[in-house]
Amino acid sequence: MNLTLRVWRQKNAHTPGEFREYEATGIVPDMSFLEMLDVVNEGLIARGGEPIAFDSDCREGICGTCSLVINGIPHGGQRGTTACQLHMRHFKDGDRITIEPWRARAFPVLRDLVVDRSPFDRIVQSGGFVSVNTGQAVDANCLPVPKDDSDLAMDAAQCIGCGACVAACKNASAMLFVAAKVSHLNLLPQGKAEKDRRALNMVKAMDEAGFGNCSVTGSCEAVCPKEISLDFIARMNRDYAAALLKGKFHAKAQAAGG
Amino acid sequence: MKLDAKIPSGPLERKWERYQLEMKLVNPANKRKFDVIVVGSGLAGASAAASLAELGYKVKCFCFQDSPRRAHSIAAQGGINAAKNYQNDGDSVYRLFYDTIKGGDFRAREGNVYRLAQVSAGIIDQCVAQGVPFAREYGGLLANRSFGGAQVSRTFYARGQTGQQLLLGAYQALSRQIGLGNVKMFPRTEMLDLVLIDGHAKGIVVRDLVTGEISSHAGDAVVLATGGYGNVFYLSTNARGCNVTATYRAFKRGAVFANPCYTQIHPTCIPVSGDHQSKLTLMSESLRNDGRVWVPKKRDDKRPSQEIPETERDYYLERKYPSYGNLAPRDISSRAAKEACDDGRGVGPGGLGVYLDFADAIKRVSEPVIRERYGNLFDMYEKITGENAYQTPMRIYPAVHYTMGGLWVDYNLMSNVPGLFVIGEANFSDHGANRLGASALMQGLADGYFILPYTISNYFASNKQTKAKADQTEFKKVEAEVSVRTNKFLAIEGKRTVTSFHRELGKLLWDKCGMARDEAGLKEALQKIPALREEFWRNVKVTGGSGSLNQDLEQAGRVADYLEFAELLCLDALIRRESCGGHFRTEFQTEEGEALRDDANFSFVSAWEFQGTDQPPMLHKEPLVYEELKMSQRSYK
Ligand SMILES: Cc1cc2nc3c(=O)[nH]c(=O)nc-3n(C[C@H](O)[C@H](O)[C@H](O)COP(=O)(O)OP(=O)(O)OC[C@H]3O[C@@H](n4cnc5c(N)ncnc54)[C@H](O)[C@@H]3O)c2cc1C
Ligand code: FES
Repeated sequence: MNLTLRVWRQKNAHTPGEFREYEATGIVPDMSFLEMLDVVNEGLIARGGEPIAFDSDCREGICGTCSLVINGIPHGGQRGTTACQLHMRHFKDGDRITIEPWRARAFPVLRDLVVDRSPFDRIVQSGGFVSVNTGQAVDANCLPVPKDDSDLAMDAAQCIGCGACVAACKNASAMLFVAAKVSHLNLLPQGKAEKDRRALNMVKAMDEAGFGNCSVTGSCEAVCPKEISLDFIARMNRDYAAALLKGKFHAKAQAAGG
Repeated sequence: MKLDAKIPSGPLERKWERYQLEMKLVNPANKRKFDVIVVGSGLAGASAAASLAELGYKVKCFCFQDSPRRAHSIAAQGGINAAKNYQNDGDSVYRLFYDTIKGGDFRAREGNVYRLAQVSAGIIDQCVAQGVPFAREYGGLLANRSFGGAQVSRTFYARGQTGQQLLLGAYQALSRQIGLGNVKMFPRTEMLDLVLIDGHAKGIVVRDLVTGEISSHAGDAVVLATGGYGNVFYLSTNARGCNVTATYRAFKRGAVFANPCYTQIHPTCIPVSGDHQSKLTLMSESLRNDGRVWVPKKRDDKRPSQEIPETERDYYLERKYPSYGNLAPRDISSRAAKEACDDGRGVGPGGLGVYLDFADAIKRVSEPVIRERYGNLFDMYEKITGENAYQTPMRIYPAVHYTMGGLWVDYNLMSNVPGLFVIGEANFSDHGANRLGASALMQGLADGYFILPYTISNYFASNKQTKAKADQTEFKKVEAEVSVRTNKFLAIEGKRTVTSFHRELGKLLWDKCGMARDEAGLKEALQKIPALREEFWRNVKVTGGSGSLNQDLEQAGRVADYLEFAELLCLDALIRRESCGGHFRTEFQTEEGEALRDDANFSFVSAWEFQGTDQPPMLHKEPLVYEELKMSQRSYK
């Protein structure tokens, strides 16, 4: 099939970008969306043009590197599917397809469709871990974890950190990403000791990184390739509120004691 | 050059303990005076960087992805082995050791493998403490599954995303150290060369993939955790970015490369669908716990699978290997699939596929149970092929998956270049000629969490260090060489794209040095590769500039290295005139078509030393001495 692509081209973070049109010819249904772009790029290079820059690595939906907004929807709108796993059989001959990068203040464009998602790493650095050094662990079966808790933690832990949730949100909020990490660890007994600090510090880091507020529209959940549930946001809000309260209480107690 | 593996003396089960007792330590207050460069943030790199920083070393960690969390380890699906014996089914350190040596077709070192089995249990403890949500039973204890090449259930897993969860555990530990200021992380930064000063590894030269800037980083030791080179075949199950550059550059600076021809072809991958194919997708081996592999008994049988009656199906793995059945090791299962297809009994387009059928399992345990075990894999299969594997069998075919070869290291995981350590898939150490499923994750984490932190301390404590600085002439010289090379790609302005060269090289290797190899084919490849390389340097077309994000340029550098490395791979395959594990020379097989080893002449590690561009490399042999086990013909019947 033959398609017309409208693609966002931008030299670097400091130059304004624009849409440009390209013809994609000889596309077959078994190609993935990124393989379709590979074909277009090969053609561009052969004609001496600069290929369209886009990020990808695993190409199997798990590394979270690919990050395309396709026809206005992050990852293209197939439920639970990343752009690299989206196949051309979902398009038809003659389609016009618009391709853009993630758009969010906290994720500046580096080139064409490539953005800087390092704020996600900084959020994790602020508390998305269990403080246990190598060698300090006890036998893994010492502490049984109810299967339901463990399964729920895994539902949250599946997050691939792609940032589609941010790209889909009109406020560019990172709540689903942060809630997934906070919930994953707070649900497990291993993560309990740092439960409060984690929620407080990660939310603070999120705010500092310039992400917007959550107004619970649910657009994040709809595009999440791992179908991470909005419930985790509610769960984090509870953890956060409890931590705030406890913090106030501790501060008072300390002031009284001191 | 004499390659000394430095295996501690004494009984096998005491070697590691003895090493730890006798090693020299760095006093805690002095640790912060040592700078360690870790290249790679996969399981091996992230676990090492975090553990070294926890000990007090100052660490710089590099990766080419935009975040350390995206390293290729993230894609591992099936699980991680450990000798916990939680299932009470007879597992032990010794059994894991034995299975690994046997699985590797008696081409790995006993000392290293035994240590790997010893530290395996601690990995699970560590990961659970980090919050890795491994699968659990209703009682709240950890669940296990079986993997190929083992008769016990020792594989721990987190749905079909074990690598992801383990990597996130290591990434979180690493992030904690970054947050504490003990690790400085350099994402989107590619190592393009290694710098030696007075024969010691003292740093690296890197390119910032966003700005194109080339710069140097100095340290007291360099750790390469840069993964495997499966992408030399163009199509493989590896992530697109995986490459040989870091290890190959180190080779060109004097590190010897061991067993490059040992590559693993995984039996269960989704077949190629066309020329556009950019990578192949693995369907985890864990599927073979419940799926049955078969092909029609008749040649060219074009009937849809459900119309082929039981009596006309050949469950060839169950037939040929009754005691392991569908769980026969990877090399054996792959070759059996190839044989069936070569015999005209393959299924699907081009006859390059076999069935992996879940109908019996679904009848036995129900569809929801199968969905719970492998749901994400079935979904992935459907996304790629458009077919529902709950209703029709999957079609699978072998694909390049893992590389057992890598830079040579001794028991310290140090290469022959002092101060250059190599961990994870990038080294050659533990899997011999074939790796067992779920053992790469184990090895990467064993190296990073539990072995390197000891051995690197021993190195620091027993070698007097002179501090290197990144503005020394040695660094400037290498920087200049890297710049010249980078600009050269852009100046060629030929007619062919980088990918077209890579694809051609990959096809050549797959045909001549893939699942089956022979002398004539290897010699042909050894003629064609230099010609292709020559054309590349004359006729490649790389667009854009060097001072900005340029993915075409990145790829050109990697493919240029493949075009040299491929020759090493074929040369190694040519001189190894025996079959072992993943290396199958058609001239050397038993009457039943199994790999025929030649222990009298080939029980050695081949270690190649660079002799200069356009000079053949020099072969060194490290003899493999088996003190504990008797080398025997592998049998999975
Ligand atoms: C699809 C798939 C499934 C698998 N499933 C399993 C499984 O179930 N169980 C199992 O045990 N094993 C499995 N394996 C194998 C296993 O995943 C890998 O062997 C292992 O993860 C490798 O880890 P690593 O840390 O050595 O390297 P990697 O995870 O590949 O990490 C390499 C790192 O090095 C960096 N790097 C590389 N080159 C450079 C450079 N020049 N400059 C800067 N940085 C660089 C990369 O950015 C990356 O951070 C699987 C492999 C594949 C392909
Ligand atoms: S490239 Fe890894 S998720 Fe798409």
